[in-house]
Amino acid sequence: MSIKRDKNASPTLSDFKSPDEGMSRRKFFKLMGAGVATYVLLSDVFVSSAATVDDKFEFPDKDLVSSWIHISEAGIITVFTGKVEIGQNIRTSLSQVVAEELSVAPQKIKMIMGDTLLTPYDRGTYGSLTTLQISPILRLAAANLREILLEEAEKVLGISSSKLQLKDGKVLEVGSANSVDFGDLLEGKQVLRKINKETATIAPARWKVAGHSIPKINGRDFITGSHKYVSDMVLPNMVYGKVLRPPAYGAKLLRIETKKAEDIPGTMLVSEGDFIGLVADSPGKAAMALASIDCSWGPGTLLERSELFEHLVKNSKGGKPKSKSLEVSYEGAPLRISQRFEIDYIAHVPLETRAALANWKDGKVEVWAGTQRPFGLHEDLAKEFDLSLDKIHVHVPDTGSGYGGKQSSEVGIEAAKLSKAVGRPVKVCWTREEEFKWAYFRPAGVIEVKASVNNGKINTWEFHNYNSGSAGIDFPYSGAEEHVAFHRSSSPLRQGSYRALSSTANIFAIESIVNDLAGDLKLDPLQFRIAHLDKPRLIDVIKAGAEAFDWGKEKRQPDIGYGMACGTVKGGFVATFVEVEVENKSRKLNVRRVVTAFECGVIINPRHLKSQVIGCVLQGLGGALFEAVDFNDAKLTNPGLSSYRVPRFSDVPEMKVVLLNREDLPSSGAGEAPIVCIAPALRNAIHDACGVKLHKLPMLPSGVVPEHT
Amino acid sequence: MKVSINGKEYLVEAAGNPSLLEVLRDQLNLTGTKYGCGEGACGACKVLINDTPLPACITPLTSVVGKKIVTIEGLERQGELHPVQKVFLDEDVFQCGFCASGMIISAVALLERKPEAGVQELISGLNGNICRCCTYPAIIDALSKLSQKKAEQ
Ligand code: FES
Ligand code: FES
Repeated sequence: MSIKRDKNASPTLSDFKSPDEGMSRRKFFKLMGAGVATYVLLSDVFVSSAATVDDKFEFPDKDLVSSWIHISEAGIITVFTGKVEIGQNIRTSLSQVVAEELSVAPQKIKMIMGDTLLTPYDRGTYGSLTTLQISPILRLAAANLREILLEEAEKVLGISSSKLQLKDGKVLEVGSANSVDFGDLLEGKQVLRKINKETATIAPARWKVAGHSIPKINGRDFITGSHKYVSDMVLPNMVYGKVLRPPAYGAKLLRIETKKAEDIPGTMLVSEGDFIGLVADSPGKAAMALASIDCSWGPGTLLERSELFEHLVKNSKGGKPKSKSLEVSYEGAPLRISQRFEIDYIAHVPLETRAALANWKDGKVEVWAGTQRPFGLHEDLAKEFDLSLDKIHVHVPDTGSGYGGKQSSEVGIEAAKLSKAVGRPVKVCWTREEEFKWAYFRPAGVIEVKASVNNGKINTWEFHNYNSGSAGIDFPYSGAEEHVAFHRSSSPLRQGSYRALSSTANIFAIESIVNDLAGDLKLDPLQFRIAHLDKPRLIDVIKAGAEAFDWGKEKRQPDIGYGMACGTVKGGFVATFVEVEVENKSRKLNVRRVVTAFECGVIINPRHLKSQVIGCVLQGLGGALFEAVDFNDAKLTNPGLSSYRVPRFSDVPEMKVVLLNREDLPSSGAGEAPIVCIAPALRNAIHDACGVKLHKLPMLPSGVVPEHT
Repeated sequence: MKVSINGKEYLVEAAGNPSLLEVLRDQLNLTGTKYGCGEGACGACKVLINDTPLPACITPLTSVVGKKIVTIEGLERQGELHPVQKVFLDEDVFQCGFCASGMIISAVALLERKPEAGVQELISGLNGNICRCCTYPAIIDALSKLSQKKAEQ
């Protein structure tokens, strides 16, 4: 079978979203054009086994061009990646790098993402790795494909490839009418050639598509409301699922009576061991049925919030002993600071709550879920149902954000359990309250720092992080005798990944203390930092940010303060500068302006990069000033958006972003690093304005600056 | 029960006293309107009810009978985007886009009332809408372009 497509039609996201029973990668290629014909060169002996395609389940071989890019007979370019789009706009940036190498418009590229059947295996979309790892692979695969297209065109046209170039889906002879379409050259065959790592890619200085502000691919779908997030999807015969959860953490079910719920027409109860759920033919009915389950629960078990930080320190493990000499140097130094910091749990609050749609049929399950780890869900489903991987197909449509909060599989498993039991497609969408209570949080933590200065130089640095994490724990300044330790602990609440992980907490502590040391020495905190830094990229962003902010040139005014902080995370270098006012009587904080300078290698899409930087800074402002998970009596007390405050329009200060473009350096991701400096920069500015030193995140849960440190 | 949405009459099920949001999303498959909080605190579910932007999640179906409802799906006219949609598209403001529908509805109503709204008016008018990706500055910049154009006319 071969389907001829309108060559000019630009692909839409929904083209391959419709449920296709028994879809396989092989069938997919059939659908795209010339059956499973393959393009193999004689020299490619090593792919001969892959060329005899059978139906055995295997993830696409990452070494082959065909695993990443395919061109159909009609010339449609399809790119495959296991990464998912959750608002970082990588659908756009990845399209750009491929489009650049193939000299086509990025809108002409169909990007299939996070599909466990069609895309190469991927551990998950986290850790700012897409731009660092996948972007170069796609760029290289596309460059390889370009060379193959040129080789083939040379044969077909009888013109030396040196006289040929790629343009708008054709290979053409420069200055003549001779040309041949991509689609006609490859005839839809899979290019089973190993990616040659030596193939040259186009240098950033010559980029025409990459490196520019291309708008969000399919942006129109989002502003017309037509994009289907998982929570919007519907399958024929679908029912809506709900899961029974305890009223408090750790509470045990004592007694349950489900008759009333089961009597509601159109509902069905599912009970398997500890799992009790139900489905109904409308979400309203499902919620009503859940509420009419009559049950009683034992008491919850969770410490009180006031005991949290002591608990984390007391239950900690690990961390090597410090040396005697460090202790001696510290004690002997003329300037010493010893300080403890406390970091609260915060929630990700993705605007789209967790959602999944599962469909069991003939011993196979297909799941659509908003997850950052499609292949993680794939494996978890295999374990949960003791199923082989080829019987599971996970799709991840573009999702309503994650920020590190959607790495777990629970909602996909819940939907699959219910679907298996009732024999129909089931959609489960968590409520906001469920998202707060049963997802996971950014870890809480305690940080203890002891630092000393001798002869104007940081002399010793002792740093302990309890529970919040080791990311960003390294001291970026040089010259000090160091002891840096992360101590694992037992977290009373479920905790997990978050944008930049613990870097926010660690850099908050580091940049607070370094700033205080400079203050005690009556030195400019910027100069003091630079004097201790041998990281040129970090120094560059500090200088660029300082210039844009006019650091040091501000006239002193009462109640106004200036603060800065810098840091480096996952290949990103950031410096943030803040101006605040602490109102004298009301003690209200006004964040007047924020300048952030950022550098993460060569820039692929300046507008989207700027958007990530701003998003990070403002989200970080919430965690810095007011976001905190509150609990009491084994229950969350702020599991809703009216009680858990997130940044809004009125919290936004005047903002400026300075992007440094390093065409000579590979790109790193930018969805995390720019979040880390806003908290310490604010803290240092508040200190500058009114002399109060704050040591907790969030700093101002009550909304006002305290009178004393 | 009959309701008027985007200029069309729909016959919907009122049993169980559903919210307007449930009716839109689950009965009529008008899924452009989103659920974000269910308590009127995020604005993701905003629709125009007699030209006023209101959260559909806390609006009972029974309260909108006889009123004119417009959702995100109803803003496009003959394939032409509403100027607010157009400026958001041109200025490429969103990240995940989940807040977009509610944001657009609020902005449409605001600029209808105050076509020349300044930055402070935009901020207070939109403060009920959360963008968790925090694209706020880009949203304000885009809308300012529209309102400034009006002011110059
Ligand atoms: S869902 Fe209605 S305001 Fe949040
Ligand atoms: S763009 Fe993600 S919530 Fe606004």
